[in-house]
Amino acid sequence: MTDQTDTASPNTARLFDRLDTLGPRAVEHRPWPRHLTDRAGWLTLIDDLEKDGGLALIGLWADADAGGHKVHAALRDEASGTGAVAVVSLPCPDGRFPSLSAVRPSAIRLERAIQDLFGLVAEGLTDPRPWLDHGRWGLRHPLANTPTTTDGTAPPPSYPVLPCEGEGLHQIPVGPVHAGIIEPGHFRFTANGETVVRLEERLGYVHKGVEALMRGQPVERAAKIIARLSGDSTVAHSIAFAQAVEAALGLTIPPRAVWLRALMAELERLANHLGDIGAIANDAAFSFLLAHLSPLREAVLRAADACFGHRLMMDCVVPGGVAPDIAATGPQRLLDLTADLRRRFAPLVAVYDDKSSLQDRTLTTGVIHRGLANRFAAGGFVGRASGRDGDARKSPGYAPYTDLEFEVPVLTEGDVNARVWIRIREVEQSLSLIEQIIRRMPGVPRGPDGITPPPLLTLPSVGEERAGMALVESFRGEILTWVRLSADGTVARCHPRDPSWFQWPLLEAAIEGNIVADFPLCNKSVNGSYSGHDL
Amino acid sequence: MFNHILRALTKGPVTEPAPSPSADGLAELAGRIEAASRARLGRSLSIRAVDAGSCNGCELELHALNNPIYDVERFGLRFVASPRHADVLLVTGPVTKNMAEALRRTWDATPDPKWVVACGACAIDGGVFAGSYACVGPVETVIPVDLRIPGCPPRPAELLAGLLSLLEHSASRG
Ligand code: SF4
Repeated sequence: MTDQTDTASPNTARLFDRLDTLGPRAVEHRPWPRHLTDRAGWLTLIDDLEKDGGLALIGLWADADAGGHKVHAALRDEASGTGAVAVVSLPCPDGRFPSLSAVRPSAIRLERAIQDLFGLVAEGLTDPRPWLDHGRWGLRHPLANTPTTTDGTAPPPSYPVLPCEGEGLHQIPVGPVHAGIIEPGHFRFTANGETVVRLEERLGYVHKGVEALMRGQPVERAAKIIARLSGDSTVAHSIAFAQAVEAALGLTIPPRAVWLRALMAELERLANHLGDIGAIANDAAFSFLLAHLSPLREAVLRAADACFGHRLMMDCVVPGGVAPDIAATGPQRLLDLTADLRRRFAPLVAVYDDKSSLQDRTLTTGVIHRGLANRFAAGGFVGRASGRDGDARKSPGYAPYTDLEFEVPVLTEGDVNARVWIRIREVEQSLSLIEQIIRRMPGVPRGPDGITPPPLLTLPSVGEERAGMALVESFRGEILTWVRLSADGTVARCHPRDPSWFQWPLLEAAIEGNIVADFPLCNKSVNGSYSGHDL
Repeated sequence: MFNHILRALTKGPVTEPAPSPSADGLAELAGRIEAASRARLGRSLSIRAVDAGSCNGCELELHALNNPIYDVERFGLRFVASPRHADVLLVTGPVTKNMAEALRRTWDATPDPKWVVACGACAIDGGVFAGSYACVGPVETVIPVDLRIPGCPPRPAELLAGLLSLLEHSASRG
């Protein structure tokens, strides 16, 4: 009998089966539960993370309100197959919290950002250097309840790169301004001859203060800012923000809006994959594919423009629905587009597959091992090329994808070639999804007077504080967006976590042991967003 | 692959005709460019793109200029890798405080005569990021600006029209 009680005891059950022991559930949090814990509960969480590799850390952020500062950790149960999601919150009355970095290295940069933005101290953080704060804002801890001003004209403090010493090693500093039309960031290579021994990234150059700008703003204004967090994922980030707001308010949007959002999301995925596959080949000096794939990307953007009035579909997804309905000629135009792309894409894939000189560059280059991808809970093509089958469209899943048929391609090699193939397969899946959506999308509702209302609802005013969260699949992987709305309906706090947070660190591992000349190839195949990450 | 090449040879280029140079752009440039520098440059401009905090939307459309549909090189407009090779700095973004020094240094590294194009709403007036503790604001608060191409992001055709007006101006000698 004692044995049985032991197995059922709270300490041996998996964390997701005993979340209630961590603390009471917060009522205003949707759609996933949030548990308010104390320091002892947080230490239990760390203990569980250490013992249970199936517990994924999918977000870590801080908040400040009249009650003081808090940190929130979002978790997913990846071992049980349920994919359950929960948030654990810890108040930090003395401005400190125990760091998760020793048990989940993915927490390192998120905690460095929390230290920079809120002034909270992550105790035991394995790398306590500043991250987003380069000492140039004239302000410290901009999101804290009491930020401190600093002398903005003083020269910024120097940033010590991690030491890497040995015979014959030399350093190559690159950036922040790069040779090409790319976003800025600094890369410090330590090389032994041609071979990279270590890469250290330094990001934060395009930190725009997005989270502070959104604070106190009406939801409509905040949506415009979120749409510009990362231009290549404007649709996906807008959907994530809208879903989080709608979850908080308990709002069900018109079905047609749900389908139109998915249509835009797939067009965005398609455009990015087509452009990037070509760009990766180009970084291996095979410009032929770029020359043939970039017109396909252009065709998608023009179709998007014709359907929704903007090539990147910026500001087309808004909380409450979608801003313009698709143009009357749009559905046919998109069916023509997918037919055309199917015809033109397959022969180009055959070219990629046939060129041994190209495969010579991509095969076994930039390998990211599955164990590492797991520890970082990496999503998107980076995770899927390293054996992780996560896709927010399937798990937790959201409408209309739950009604659509598609596959999530998974490979295990983890090299540049695998990432290219995942994206090729995803192009094919997106083409099919676009066709399914157009065929099955609910028709335009017509009022009795013949006027067609846009699929957009006004946001209700609920008169109390609410919080909501969303997990949405961008072309790059899973976005987590958390929103806390004030009683007056404005945004009290919004934290958008771009998938890049968990992919950038993997690039440092991918390049190790490869030659310097393969860095562009590795970098492009991982394709982190600087702007989405730097906030 | 040979089929692709054969088809390209027989069907001719996919490149579209150029838009006419933007009238606004021409007006803005009038009087800014010295006759002497026009003579030196002829009908070609080397452009260095500098992302000073953009959301990367502007970069996506700049990339499109290089695709075979817009094929910007046919006009003598070329994106180059170093500011030392550049006649034009094309700047995007609301100039984050973390990038302001890099932008200034890039400008210093660009040989005279040089022009600066502020590309997109952010570069022109800070866009939605105006007023942030982390942004300096419009590009012109950091380096002098010669041409503004509005849009969020500007469409490739608008970018092309703006750059062509720069080219026309740098080429005409009157
Ligand atoms: S102008 Fe628009 S597209 Fe360009 S960087 Fe700014 S927000 Fe992004």
